[in-house]
This record gives sequence, C-alpha cells and structure tokens, in this order.
Amino acid sequence: MRDVAVIGVGMNKWGELWEIAIRDLLAESALLALDDAGIDSVEAMYIGCMTSGLFTDQEHLGSMGPDYSGICPVPGTRVESACASGGAAFRAAFMHVASGMGDIVMAAGVEKMTDVDGGGATFALATAADQEYEVYNGITFPGLYAMMANHHMNKYGTTRDQLAQVSVKNHANGFNNELAQFRMKLTLDQVKNSVMVADPMTLLDCSPITDGSAAVILCSLDKAKELTKKRLVKVIGSGHASDTIQLAQRENLSYLKSTELAAKQALDMAGKKITDIDFAEVHDCFSIAEIMVIEALGIAEVGKGGPATMDGVTAFDGKFPVNPSGGLKSKGHPVGATGVAQIVELTKQIRGDLDKNRQLKKADIGLAQNMGGSGASSVVHILEGV
Amino acid sequence: MVGIVGYGAYIPRNRIKVEEIAKVWGADAPSYKRGLQLREKSVPSPDQDTITMSVEATKNALKRAEIDPQDIGAVYIGSESHPYAVKPSGTVLAEAIGATPDCHCADYEFACKAGSEGMFVAMSLVKAGEMKYALGIGADTSQGAPGDALEYSASAGAAAFIFGKENVLAECLYTHSWMTDTPDFWRREHQFYPSHGGRFTGEPAYFRTIMGCAKALLEKSKMKPEDFAYAVFHQPNGKFPMTVGKRIGFKTEQMEQGWLCPTLGNTYSGASPIGLTSILDVAKPGDLIFMVSYGSGAGSDGFIFKATDKLPGVQNKAVHTRAMLDSERRKYLDYGTYSKFRGKIKLRGE
Amino acid sequence: MSAPKYWREMAQRYRFEAVKCKKCGRVLFPPRLVCPACKSREFENTRINDKGTIETYTIVRIPPSQFTDEAPYPVAIVNMGDNVRVLCQVADCEPEELKIGMPVRLEFRKIQQEGSSGILAYGYKCVPE
Repeated sequence: MRDVAVIGVGMNKWGELWEIAIRDLLAESALLALDDAGIDSVEAMYIGCMTSGLFTDQEHLGSMGPDYSGICPVPGTRVESACASGGAAFRAAFMHVASGMGDIVMAAGVEKMTDVDGGGATFALATAADQEYEVYNGITFPGLYAMMANHHMNKYGTTRDQLAQVSVKNHANGFNNELAQFRMKLTLDQVKNSVMVADPMTLLDCSPITDGSAAVILCSLDKAKELTKKRLVKVIGSGHASDTIQLAQRENLSYLKSTELAAKQALDMAGKKITDIDFAEVHDCFSIAEIMVIEALGIAEVGKGGPATMDGVTAFDGKFPVNPSGGLKSKGHPVGATGVAQIVELTKQIRGDLDKNRQLKKADIGLAQNMGGSGASSVVHILEGV
Repeated sequence: MVGIVGYGAYIPRNRIKVEEIAKVWGADAPSYKRGLQLREKSVPSPDQDTITMSVEATKNALKRAEIDPQDIGAVYIGSESHPYAVKPSGTVLAEAIGATPDCHCADYEFACKAGSEGMFVAMSLVKAGEMKYALGIGADTSQGAPGDALEYSASAGAAAFIFGKENVLAECLYTHSWMTDTPDFWRREHQFYPSHGGRFTGEPAYFRTIMGCAKALLEKSKMKPEDFAYAVFHQPNGKFPMTVGKRIGFKTEQMEQGWLCPTLGNTYSGASPIGLTSILDVAKPGDLIFMVSYGSGAGSDGFIFKATDKLPGVQNKAVHTRAMLDSERRKYLDYGTYSKFRGKIKLRGE
Repeated sequence: MSAPKYWREMAQRYRFEAVKCKKCGRVLFPPRLVCPACKSREFENTRINDKGTIETYTIVRIPPSQFTDEAPYPVAIVNMGDNVRVLCQVADCEPEELKIGMPVRLEFRKIQQEGSSGILAYGYKCVPE
C-alpha cells in the first residue's frame, strides 16, 4: 500500500443556503479544493451523500458531481453510509490512491437539506434507521439518541448538565469558525431550556439541518511532494466498522462498538495509541453522541465521558481538544458532507492554516470520527503532518 | 353440548364524563345523568379501533379457552364501525391470533346487534358440525354527532366468544331471533355520523323488538324470568335495559352484573356481549343466563346460556370485565382531547 | 405506506413470530437467514414473549411526517427476555409514569394510517402491565 497525503481542501460557508442548488453546492467545495491543491482535475471523484433523492429528488451525483465541478469525464462514485457517507467516501478515495489504482483522487461530500420541510427532513434522516422495526414504530434520530442518553444517564450517572456542556463547548469553538452555520455562544441553561425534541434531548442538544459541502484532494505521497509546498498531511490510519442497524439489538445500548472497532483499526494501522493523538473531530450529531464517542475512542473512560467534558478535557484549550471546528452542533450537519469536512478541519489544523483564535497550539496528529445512524456504522481516520 | 368455550372483553382506558360533554353544548348534565342513567363513557385512543379491540378481546378469550387458534374455523366481527368500508376487519383479527388460512371470515353489520349475529352464526356452525370452533365478536368505536343525545353514550369496547363442543363453559340452550323493518336509526353511505328517529327509537323500536324476542325465547324454552340467575339486554343508555327487563319480569338483582352502561356508555355491537362477559366472570355452575341484544333497523338475537362446572376454573385466567371498567388507570379526557381522539376536528388535507 | 411492504412483516408485527437458532439457541426477532452469534443457518420457529421491561425510553415531540398528529408519544426499547429487545411506542402511559425497569406488555394497536384513504397499518405497542 502506498503512502497517501491530503494536498487540497475546500469547504463553503454552511447554513440555510436558499439560493444554491445541489449541483453548485457540491461544485463550490470541489473547486475550492482543486484551487487549494493548485490543480484543475483529478482522476476520480468519490461523493459522500446520504439521500439527495429524498432531500432534492436528485440522484446520480456520480455524474452531476464531476460534471458541475468541471472535471467531466472523470468517473464519479456516490458513497452512502447514512451520516457516515462523507467518511466512507474519503476512505474509498484513500483506498483508490493507496492501492495504486490512481494518483490523485477527490473525496467530496454534500447534502442539500432545506428543500424539504421539517417533517420531510426528519423522515429522510430516519431512513438511516431500520425502517420496519424502528421507524415504523415512530422513532426519530433525536429519539434514538435520546434513548441512548437516558440509558447512559441511568447506567453511568451522566447528568443533564454534562450533556448540555457538549453543546456549550462546541458552540464556543464554532463561534470563531467563519464557515460555521450557528456562530453563537450558549449557556447550559439555554441548552437545557430550549424546545424539547425527544426527552431529554432539546433543540440545542441536536445538530441542525444544514446545506453544505466539503471536498479534499488525496494524492500519493511521492507525487504530493512534487505538487505542493504546503505541509504534507499524511493519512496514517483508516478504520471502518459496522454494528447492528437496530439500536435495540446491541449488547450495550449506550456504547458505540463500531466506533471502538474503527478506531482500533485506524490506530493499529498508524501504530499509535489514542494518547498519541493531539486532537479530534468527532460526530456530535447529538450532545450524548460526543460523550459516547469519546468513551469509545478511549479519550475518556467508559461512563466517564460526561465528567470529562464538564472538566474541560475536550475543550479547545483542554488536554484533548475535541471538535475545535465547532463540531456538527455549531458548524452544521449536512449529513453527507460532515465526514469530509472533518478531514478539512484536520488538514487545516495540521497545516497551521487557521486564524489565531481557531488554531490549536499542538496539532500534528488529528483523528476524525464519523458515524452513521445510531452508531450502526463508523469511520475513523488519523492524519499526521509530515 | 354446544356453547361458549372461551370469552373475553376489552375496554379502552379513556373516559369522558357526561358533565364534560354537557358543558360544551350548554346541556343540563344532571338531567342527562338522571334521564339516561349515564355518568361517563369509554373513549378509544387514536390507535384503537374495532380491529385492535377485537384482537385484544379475543386474546383474553383464548387465555380462557386454551385452544389452538388453528382450530378456529370461522371469525365473525360484528360492528357498525369497521375501520374499512371495503376490506374485512376479520382478516386482520384472524392473522393476529394465528387462525389463518383455513378459516371462514365475514364482517357483520346490523347496527347494535351485529355482535350477537356473529355469535349466533358462530354457535350455529359449531352445532351443525361444520367446524370445531368458531369465533363471534361484538366491537364498536361508535360515534354520535357532536351535541346530539347519542354523543353522551356512544362509546368503545369489544367482547369475543369462542364456541365449541368440548370443555364448554356456558352451554347454549336456546336461541331466538326476532326482526322487522323499523327505521329508528341509520347511517347512509359516506356519512360520518348516524341519524336517528328521536323518541321513535324507544317504544316501537327498542322496546317492541326486545319484548318480542324475549317472549318468544321464554315460550320456546318454557322458562320464566325467575328461573334465571342473570339477564342482560342491549344498553343504549342506563335506563332502557332496566325498564325493558322489568317489563319482561326480571328484577334489578338479576340485571345488575351485566348492566355496565352507566360507566361504560353504549358500546353498540359490544353492549350486551360485554355485559355477558361480566356475568360469565362471576356465574356459578348451573346458573341460567338470559341475553337479548338489539340492533336498530330493527332486530334482536336472544340466547339462553347455562354455566357449567368448567366455568369457575377459567374465570381468573384473563382480566375481568369489571376490572377493566373500574380500572385505576382510567384517564378522564377533556372535550378537546376527546374531539381530537375521535377525529371530530377537521384537519388539513381532509 | 406500501401494502406489500406492510404485508410481509405481519407475522412479526401481529404474532411476534421469531426464530430460534438450532445450534446456539439464540432467538432472533425479526427472523434472519443466518445467526449473527454462531453463523448457523438452521432455525426453528418460535414466538417472543408479550411481556417485558423497559430498558430505555424517550418522548418523541417532533415526529416524522407520518406521525404528526400523534405527537408527543413515548417510545421505548423493551427487553422481552431471551436476549430479545424490541423498540415500540408506549401506549396508555403518562410521560411522568415512564421508568426504566417498568414492566409492560405488548398490545395490538394501529401504528400508522396514510391520510384518510391509505391502508391502516397495525402492530404492537407496549402498555404498562
């Protein structure tokens, strides 16, 4: 397997982007990434997208992506693993280059979510769960994570404040991120007192509905050395695992086994321990999700994710910063784009591209964790500056 | 010996009080309560209908019958509130209890006597030797137009009876059906609420028909009212069944156990059948039970049952009807919630 | 609601039909072609209990489009024994009554209906025991 580096990244400003259709939404970030890499085409494009069909009636992004990114007739492949589609697309592009099949490949992600109303978006997102045995009975994604939260609180004594602190922390980070959808600071009371979505998850425990995209260019390390003068960001670990699609069929209802397994694969490949990692971008689709993710990654002990968050371990200036970008919570969660945007953040942090108030003090090795459904699939990547 | 080998009822948890309805329509609650002898009625949740209640009542009947549902040769649900206009209720029920596919199925409809019709046919098929067991059910989630007198009584419930020849709990000794064309109550196709003939529903309809059936049944059986431990009649309100029973010659004590209307309301096709389940919950071996249903349009089905020595052994194998009626988990609805639950509020897209 | 999609799940939704692995004894609901525990492909038919206890729950206040008129409604994951858990709504229960560990039993209820002309879709909900 060849060494692979990220040589270009692009992400547009996320939010409710009423004026832009999915074709240009995707192309915006693709062009930014091409510009960043200083190239005008690639050999292949992988596009992470969960359900453009339900959100916009548009399928066949494998054609539309290359077409509107100006790289037609390059082959395009849509990759879907619900909210982990972006991470899975990045992994597919990584394997493409690592295998020697190609030298320069783009991984992009997109979701245009605001063309349907709230009920329509809830319906579309719910297709990531088991249709016949979960969704049929009326459950939603906030509902699934709320059940995980209740379980976690009951089993480990996690408190409501600890959950809310995830949102408070991520919004504090996202406040400085000019690409983030919601740049506002929150208090614990604001989170706890916002509209209840699925007890105990309030609106401010949940990531928002977002239009957005992100793209990165992967290149063999040898070729990258010729192409770019920027710090090379090497992909040193990649892991991917699945779990039962039904939450009810897991041994522990509030533990993310797929994340643990994907992280183990990525760390083993990188020859690192979690303590070797400087920072992480993780899938905080709900406040409880980040707590469970940092437990599965080993950043906190199992059951201690809440206190660790409260103690500032994962804060921007903490021992192990998590979601310096603002995470899904503040930055936004255009589902298919999220996993790719995590790579964008890792790359920018490792290259030291960011403004002073956004740049972590130490950011040589970063980990990205992206997951689908209620943790039914999980993708982990580790990137290191070389 | 042919008779009931399993019985069960189902009453939803929600209730609404007469006062709550009267308040909205400016009616005088005390006079309704006195006149109709009605205090409150059951209300189905939005996720309950004739089919779901029939399934739950049948599950209770199966707990008492302890038979293989595959041996049930016919399922008959009688109701005036079948959820589908076209497509049987009984197929869902048969599938849910595991009685498919070798089974006869029909949905009955004859205003409030559809349930006893189902029982009559089920019993007759078993008696004729056509099948080992047959299931007859009376169930309704009946509706009265808002503000109409019917709204104070129209309620929800179900009763299920499995008929067979082995391990009979209550032997069916005699039956009689009596009917004429008497348009006292009706609902035309595509109409949401029924219409009725006001006081015409009383003497020439309810009373004449039940009296006609009861007299014929007593003559056929050569029995007298005092021979019976219990009697139950169709109960559109609390007053009518007691009045008609006394005219036939029954006493209050014989009728009280099956007289559920004051706190249950009128469960239409379920009314006298649910009353019968309440009697079977307490009857002793040898007790004779007199039942006459009534369905507008108009007709009555009469039955005489005799409790066997098998009955006491199964009475506690499923929940008693009175326990559901008087459950501590009753939930009292306000008129707004009741209107939402019963689909009385016009929603978008309808 | 598509009729065939609804129809093919009836055995599970109406009668709780499951399969039991002949090799390791694991009960699978809904049935599968292969046992995830031991990879065996031989099963015998069984049914899951209709009684269980709530392991976790929530109250859905912002529902998917097909449940708009039902919200808010509680949903729980119920342990039915034999290592089987099901996710279903909790009926006849006030939000403040919900508790982890609460005993419940499954009842036959209407789960969804499509407007005023689509099929009625039935299944199980749990109710306090």
